[in-house]
Amino acid sequence: MIKKNIKYFALLALGLVACEPEFDNPIDESGVYASGEADFSTYVALGNSLTAGYADGALYITGQENSYPNILAQQFEFAGGGEFTQPLMDDNTGGLLLGNGNALPNRFVLAFDAQGNPSPARYTGATPTTDITNRLTGSFNNLGAPGAKSFHLVAEGYGNVAAAQAGLANPYYARFASADNASILGDALAQSPTFFSLWIGNNDILSYATSGGVGVNQLGNLNPATYGGNDITDPNVFANVYNTIVTSLVASGAKGVVLSLPDVTSIPYFTTVPFAPLSPLNPSFGPQIPTLNATYAGLNQAFAFLGVPERSIQFSTTGASAVVIKDESLADISAQLTQVLTPTFGAAQAAIFGAQYGQARQANANDLLVLPSSSVIGQLNTDRLQELIGFGLTQEQAGQLAVNGVTFPLEDQYVLTAAEQAEVSAARTAFNASIRGIAEANGLAFYDAAADLAVVASTGLPFDGGVITSQFVSGGGFSLDGVHPTPRGHAVVANGIIKAIENTYGASLPMVNPGNYGTITLNNDVN
Amino acid sequence: MKKLLLLVLLVSTACMTYAGGYRVSVQGQRAIAMGHTGVAVVNSAELVFFNPAGLVYLENKLNVSAGASGIFTDVLYQNSDLGVSSQTDSSVGTPLNLYGSYQVNDWLALGLGVYTPYGSEVTWPTDWAGSHLVNNIELAAIYIQPVVSVKLSDHFSIGGGPIYVTGSVNFNRNLNRTLTDLEGNRSNITVDASGVNNWGWSLGAMFSPTENFRVGFNYRSEIILEAEDGDATFANFPNSPAVPANETTTFTAELPLPAELTIGLSYQYGEKWTFAFDYNRQFWDVYESLDLQFGNGATSLNPRNYKNSSAYRFGLEYKATDKIALRAGYYRDESPVQPGYFAPETPRNDSDGFTGGLSFAINSKLAIDASFFYLRFEEVNASYDFYTENGQSVPFEGTYKSSAFAPGLGLTYKL
Repeated sequence: MIKKNIKYFALLALGLVACEPEFDNPIDESGVYASGEADFSTYVALGNSLTAGYADGALYITGQENSYPNILAQQFEFAGGGEFTQPLMDDNTGGLLLGNGNALPNRFVLAFDAQGNPSPARYTGATPTTDITNRLTGSFNNLGAPGAKSFHLVAEGYGNVAAAQAGLANPYYARFASADNASILGDALAQSPTFFSLWIGNNDILSYATSGGVGVNQLGNLNPATYGGNDITDPNVFANVYNTIVTSLVASGAKGVVLSLPDVTSIPYFTTVPFAPLSPLNPSFGPQIPTLNATYAGLNQAFAFLGVPERSIQFSTTGASAVVIKDESLADISAQLTQVLTPTFGAAQAAIFGAQYGQARQANANDLLVLPSSSVIGQLNTDRLQELIGFGLTQEQAGQLAVNGVTFPLEDQYVLTAAEQAEVSAARTAFNASIRGIAEANGLAFYDAAADLAVVASTGLPFDGGVITSQFVSGGGFSLDGVHPTPRGHAVVANGIIKAIENTYGASLPMVNPGNYGTITLNNDVN
Repeated sequence: MKKLLLLVLLVSTACMTYAGGYRVSVQGQRAIAMGHTGVAVVNSAELVFFNPAGLVYLENKLNVSAGASGIFTDVLYQNSDLGVSSQTDSSVGTPLNLYGSYQVNDWLALGLGVYTPYGSEVTWPTDWAGSHLVNNIELAAIYIQPVVSVKLSDHFSIGGGPIYVTGSVNFNRNLNRTLTDLEGNRSNITVDASGVNNWGWSLGAMFSPTENFRVGFNYRSEIILEAEDGDATFANFPNSPAVPANETTTFTAELPLPAELTIGLSYQYGEKWTFAFDYNRQFWDVYESLDLQFGNGATSLNPRNYKNSSAYRFGLEYKATDKIALRAGYYRDESPVQPGYFAPETPRNDSDGFTGGLSFAINSKLAIDASFFYLRFEEVNASYDFYTENGQSVPFEGTYKSSAFAPGLGLTYKL
């Protein structure tokens, strides 16, 4: 009787030993997610700074860890994805030592001044430790190289260290290129990828735009070797090289996803500084308005006399005024202006006015002021000051004529005019048509990143903790350089790519929650 | 036979499971084995906790019960939409209890108990998906209680006494879902307080209409632990005037240890069988919110809005021989957590408890008591909806599955 009972007791206990809790459908078991027709075992990511995880004006470890390819790779792991290696920087400071005494600057952080006003500033709490001459060994799944344009991906020697030091190759790629004469595409193919992502072409228009259109639109020039750094790539050059990249990868048996190029007007670099930023309430500007208007009245008469009254410059005492800019697309009337002004101001001063306002006008709603203009508008332009003193003006006279955007027209690099925007837009439209066409021709997944970014920029994209917008600093989508996404922005991109992959390849993958990804970094170590 | 018992315990301890919530019902090895019943069971000094009124009916002059259980805990979390999963660290909690009673005369007995009815130890992986709610928590409350038990008639007795509680808490979580320092380390806050003391009381009554049938009632008062000037350590905050500095400041908070009402009965059938039933009502509605006020001006408001809950307990004892008593039990424990308030620091939903155990009398004075319980929780889809960002509720959702296994050993001495 006793023994019998003990036996039951033991059986009962042993039955309960299987007591470690287990889900009915554990997500880490096979069958919950699927790769569909895709094979994620060797995923390579090709692209530029966006792919590398560059943010806040620099490349640093946490930015790389939150890059959309790295986020994707973590989700791919649920459906057969393999290891994903990145050429991680050595620190979170962000600068890059070029090994010749020069360095790329540290990242931006958001600092607060004594009054509690936030503004982005370069982090100075540590010096950079990443040196491009310490080339990393091994192959890397994330081949994103900040600054790369479409044709750079096939360029051999793009990672040559000596050339990078000379400014002729890419210092980021130089860190991890397989050899001095390697190409990014070659390094990708060498890994026998089963899956790839390609987001390239942004810099083929963006460098022109961010430089305020100081470069050249190379439409019709089919030799990229002759292009300058801030030029717009010819659409045929783009289409050819894009096709080469995709067909090479597809020929190796890989499937993949490609991304469209967003509109420059959807990024805060171009939308943060208003065209009319001059407030009469500004103590260093407001009191001067009557004097300025009196001075400009003489110039405006000359504009009217010369048949260009639309170039008149006047500041409002009640509302914000537009900055004065130099528009290179305007007919240069320096000589005529000098002639007309000479009787009033004398030959010497008239020549200065003529040269200064020969292509000047006030900005309008169609002009985009780039982010760096915010730190120069209303400030004394010391170069121009010295120049004017050299022309024989007194310090005071020269100072009055050398205020950026008020008396001295904002230079070309600070303004993307409507005409320049049109060039960028035309190129982008052509590039995107090529991307979509090449994706379709090769049966690839296509993610219209441009469409999602347009939503972010217009209505904003809701997430569980609010709305992601392209508002500078506070919007959550863009880092402090105004161009590159935050980790949260990368999460949105990763989700878009996942949806595209699911649609094209019948895969089933877990999404990520953008709310779990951070935005900008606060820090007051900025000197 | 003893080997078998040992084997059972060994095999059991190899199995890692969970004990959740912060009411931990392990206040006596004999009671645990019977589904944690005892308000109407006159068996040992465990009555100090279960119903002091019953002490006066114990046959011996001096009764001592001491025991400890090892609680093996595990909670699983996953969210299949986001591909995230986590599992608590299978740490072992060891609640202790010690009871003694002394029969002064025919109508009066005195007793003393030390026990730990509330406690929690939950350790998630640092920076897991719910780390903005909790990374880890360790909560302990030791009850020290002298009691007096008075027989008013052969059929009716009362008992009770004051309770002195000393508690401690250590709790860490990340400030929110995203804030980090420059290096990407998540900004987090640890609160730590110990020696948080307060007083309460319990009162019981026992009615024994016949020799083999008893009815019991016991009420233990609510006790609010008020932590004042505990340590709050802010760590990994970025160097910015917009966020708190990395420093140790103070905090104040209140944590209620709710009142519990128990009524129950026991029925002895013949010489060998005893059946017991307890009904617990736990007055959790006192736990409305966990609010922390920090010395640096920061606050943390965490609505809990618990509801009162019940437990239904059934126990059976079979005196197999003079030396051996076998026990088994079952209970249904309802969760006090309401929908939308499922916080992973106390991931507790309704559970079924299965218990068993035995006593082996070494001699007429000393017996070894062994018990185990296995607590089985339903797999549950739950969320905590009261974490906010930008004034917007950000639910933390997922599927939870947990269980608890607790083998225990104790000694009963009577003289």
